[in-house]
Amino acid sequence: MTLSPVTARTAKAPVRPPEAAGARRPGRRRSSRSRSQTRAAYLFLAPWFLGLFAITLGPIIASLYLSFTDYSILSEGRWVGLDNYERMFTEDDRFLTSLKVTATYVVVSVPLQLAFALALALVLDKGLRGLPFYRSVFYLPSLLGGSVAISILWRKIFGTDGIVNSFLGLFGYEGQGWVTSPDTALWTLIVLHVWTFGAPMVIFLAGLRQIPQSLYEAASVDGAGPWRKFRSITLPLLTPIIFFNLVLEVIKSFQSFTQAFIVSGGTGGPVDSTLFYTLYLYNKGFKDYEMGYAAGMAWVLLFIIAVLTGVNFFMSRFWVFYGDDK
Amino acid sequence: MATTSKPAPVLFRPAPRLVRHLLLIAFGLFMLYPLLWMVSSSVKPEELIFREPGLVPGEVTAENYSRGWDALKHSFGYYLWNSALITGLAVVGNLVACSLAAYAFARLDFPLKKVWFAVMLGSIMLPHHVTVVPQYIMFAKFDWINTIWPIVVPKFLATDAFFIFLMVQFIRTLPRELDEAAAIDGAGHWRTFVQVILPLCVPALATTAIFTFIWTWNDFFTQNLYLTDSDNLTVPVALRHFMDSSGDSSWGPLFAMSIVSLGPIFGFFLAGQKYLVRGMATTGFK
Repeated sequence: MTLSPVTARTAKAPVRPPEAAGARRPGRRRSSRSRSQTRAAYLFLAPWFLGLFAITLGPIIASLYLSFTDYSILSEGRWVGLDNYERMFTEDDRFLTSLKVTATYVVVSVPLQLAFALALALVLDKGLRGLPFYRSVFYLPSLLGGSVAISILWRKIFGTDGIVNSFLGLFGYEGQGWVTSPDTALWTLIVLHVWTFGAPMVIFLAGLRQIPQSLYEAASVDGAGPWRKFRSITLPLLTPIIFFNLVLEVIKSFQSFTQAFIVSGGTGGPVDSTLFYTLYLYNKGFKDYEMGYAAGMAWVLLFIIAVLTGVNFFMSRFWVFYGDDK
Repeated sequence: MATTSKPAPVLFRPAPRLVRHLLLIAFGLFMLYPLLWMVSSSVKPEELIFREPGLVPGEVTAENYSRGWDALKHSFGYYLWNSALITGLAVVGNLVACSLAAYAFARLDFPLKKVWFAVMLGSIMLPHHVTVVPQYIMFAKFDWINTIWPIVVPKFLATDAFFIFLMVQFIRTLPRELDEAAAIDGAGHWRTFVQVILPLCVPALATTAIFTFIWTWNDFFTQNLYLTDSDNLTVPVALRHFMDSSGDSSWGPLFAMSIVSLGPIFGFFLAGQKYLVRGMATTGFK
């Protein structure tokens, strides 16, 4: 049951012991190769299909249905038509607040975060020694940023006696409780988000690698300075990556939850200033048990994200440059 | 196109190397300052934490760690074990289920393949919140609340489609001749997958394992939703309970346990840096 020398030689990695080959293997029929492939494919995909239908598609449909009911886990729901949606936009001020808070968060923090990511990627790309070291330092926060521990830290840093105020004190400024003031609480979360620019930065770095060096050399021959090279070569060739990061970060940041939950102690306070959309959804669904309403909110979220992604894709036609392959 | 105009003025000449390194180090320190401050605060006597903004502790103590360790109903080691169990199973689940699906998408032909592939890609973009309410109701009907199943089972069903995509991209870069050689040797799809493709996929598998570990370890939303009994808490949920119960006091022990909770992530980060970077980069485009 060992592989022939040909295969063994081509495959670089050690050949697994025979028992790893599994006792069960999809039956093959030599006569009909495509049929055996189909059968194998569905076997390989079986877990995914099960997950797709039971954990993803089924619940999507269920959630659409629930959004037209007043279901709570405590009682069976009644069909209420569009009431939930109507309530969101006409009666529920907190819903509108959560939309506004989230929109502010996305609109301010995503461009800032991407700007930092791009700037650092450009600096690091210039053949500097110790690139892996710097890359790690800047990447680390984006791995930790979603954790409860960092949110706890943030709550303290921007607290009344936190280090931000200690610093400001050095310059003679009277500090304030940044996370406890409705005017500034959201901004501390924006700072936290910008702080996690490492992930898009790594993608930018990979993108910069793809730009042929010869273009820069040709530009140098033509006497182009660094700014000119950046504007005429780097930026246009990087637009697909900028676009990719933009779409990804918008989708991701619309769903931020942990940071606001921890910093505000689960309330979205002070005075709803950090009431992120998903935090409000969570409170509606799992604190107030208005699950029908929460399902409706989830559909509005899906709609918003789909529209934004669509708009992004549409706008990309005007600024994203795909080079030769278009 | 070539321009013949006079050379553009040099707006910024690259600064000397040393200067750039110094600036980068300064900026890096600035970025990491909050983290370093937390580390340093976790070993300071509580009353000094907010009086010394500096990083070097005037006095070092392990008291925060011992107090934090036993602050809740169970010792912190108990919650670490809960997290480790969930995270470990999630890693295994994602490795098995996603690699199986990826092999099918990358190497096999079957009807509606393009449709299913598009569905898979679409599910990456889908906000988790659209499914969470019905999922919760379903898991409640299964009596799975306060068990690890709502967190672990979906991983074995490849619901983290991001990793399927990552592995499909990776498998596509492997030469097809390998499969053909294996087929000539009489290997079926299963053997080709296990003996030829999987061993070559180690980088992609490592990336998957590391990302799954970090994301699951950090995931607060799901664990907070499903694990509410004080006997089941995982690290993030335990930290949150600790913060709520201690109010604005005992920051020292809270920081100490926060550091403990970040330890495993930091370890995986150091061990798997290469894969993390490569994983980020390959999913970016291609």
